Amino acid sequence: MKNDKLFERIVHGIFLILGLVTVACVLLITVYLVVSGIPAIAQIGLWDLLFGKAWVPTGSEPQFGILPFILSSVYGTAGALVLGVPIGFLTAVYLSKKASPKVKQLMSAAVSLLAGIPSVVYGLVGMMVLVPGIRDLFSLPDGASLLAAIIVLAIMILPSIISVSITALDAVPKEYEDASLALGATPEETWFRVSVPAAKSGIATAVVLGVGRAIGEAMAVMMVSGNVANMPSLFESVRFLTTAVSSGMGYADGLYRQALFSIALVLFLFIMLINAVLNFFLKGEKRS
Amino acid sequence: MKKMIAIMLSILMLMACLTACGSKEEKSVSTDGSTSMSKVINALGEAFMENNSGVNFTYNATGSGTGITAVKDGTCDIGLSSRYLKDSEKAEGLKETILAIDGIAIIVHSENPVADLTLEQISAIFKGEIKNWSEVGGSDGEIVLIGREESSGTRDGFESITDTEDACAYRQELTSNGAVLTAVAENPNAIGYVSLSSVKDTVKAICVNGVAPSEATIKDGSYAVQRPFVLVTKEGVELSETAQAFFDFATSSAASEIISAAGVVPVN
Repeated sequence: MKNDKLFERIVHGIFLILGLVTVACVLLITVYLVVSGIPAIAQIGLWDLLFGKAWVPTGSEPQFGILPFILSSVYGTAGALVLGVPIGFLTAVYLSKKASPKVKQLMSAAVSLLAGIPSVVYGLVGMMVLVPGIRDLFSLPDGASLLAAIIVLAIMILPSIISVSITALDAVPKEYEDASLALGATPEETWFRVSVPAAKSGIATAVVLGVGRAIGEAMAVMMVSGNVANMPSLFESVRFLTTAVSSGMGYADGLYRQALFSIALVLFLFIMLINAVLNFFLKGEKRS
Repeated sequence: MKKMIAIMLSILMLMACLTACGSKEEKSVSTDGSTSMSKVINALGEAFMENNSGVNFTYNATGSGTGITAVKDGTCDIGLSSRYLKDSEKAEGLKETILAIDGIAIIVHSENPVADLTLEQISAIFKGEIKNWSEVGGSDGEIVLIGREESSGTRDGFESITDTEDACAYRQELTSNGAVLTAVAENPNAIGYVSLSSVKDTVKAICVNGVAPSEATIKDGSYAVQRPFVLVTKEGVELSETAQAFFDFATSSAASEIISAAGVVPVN
């Protein structure tokens, strides 16, 4: 009896430690980012860093303005959502409600496969197909642009949006839909007026996941966006927050290197903020 | 229960083993200087440490100027500079030994009719003063500049040779020689630069001032887009035994293969 209690305590302790590992990682990363990001912010000045328009880290008079990166990340993510959410959402409705089981199985498999493709492959295909395509289609001198990044990101966020939305839609109780149909609503009316509102929070989670993936992606974006620190414009080459960090990290030193940590800190806080805001709205809706 | 304890004990013992590894006094070589030389000097350092066990090799990537100062102040054994020493620096008792030459090829799309540019033309193109290929004898088309990211040694080398520092209006800033090659191969109006060693048949390396880039033209100095990688030491001051061994190794013909593999042209 006593032995059993001891055993239970040990097991409890082990699980607690395992749980704490995750918490410790988050804390460690947060503390590390803050500690290594603050010096450059102090030296450059928060205002000059966040709202400076020129990024010339290695010039004779270095300038560290990251506004172009912030805006590029925001525009890129927003653009990816504008393209990806309608496609993903409607695909999910179709697969969950209309498609025959065989089609659903096949297309779900394709969606999971899309999720499993490494981002460098997206980047490579984008670089070889999309970038020359955009160049020819819009007769630009070069196709590496914000638009190319948006299209790649839109495709990359599709799998998470589709699969999470499907799960949410599948979980809507059949009674709701039966009741709607029995009241004389057409199937389409039932899907969009009953099933979708009932699955709202799940679909919103899907969008949050999409935002997270889009804003955090570096590799694929780096390969198609041209990676120049311009203020964002659809057909111009741009650099995202993520790619600013990854492209400089290799050889940067001194204040330049510290500034990269500041960018990482800004990106980190940015994602935290977006998650907090979206979660607030989601939970707010659940309460009402 | 017993199994549990056994597992935990073995984990503990394993951790104890890992932390028990002690360190002992080591012979060392310290180098300091040019970030552009990081690839070649790290490769040499690794090979040197492999051949001489117990030797500790360090490299501080600070920049040519800092490296030269460090040698002068005696805070490192060997300084690394990616430019020739100035006469004033030589007058202060510093000695330069050229380790290798970094050649940078200017590449265009393989179907681009332009095959030869002067250094001035290249400089004007990258500054954005020449915007169309027809201005330099090509077909009509807006020139697309493909370059490297700010911290790249190749970019630093190219811009310092062509005198275009901070003045290049790039359309793309990519993070590797390979990416630049791909981007230039994809775009008929592109021009870019890569280390000579990474040029491939998918693009065309153009002549500069009428000289085609090759190991031979870089060595004899006729190809203009090049710069030296210099080992800086103090005149009349003897290096430590280990540092001297490293210096001899780096400048020996045995090291030339390692230097070539790092993408630059060895001189010894």
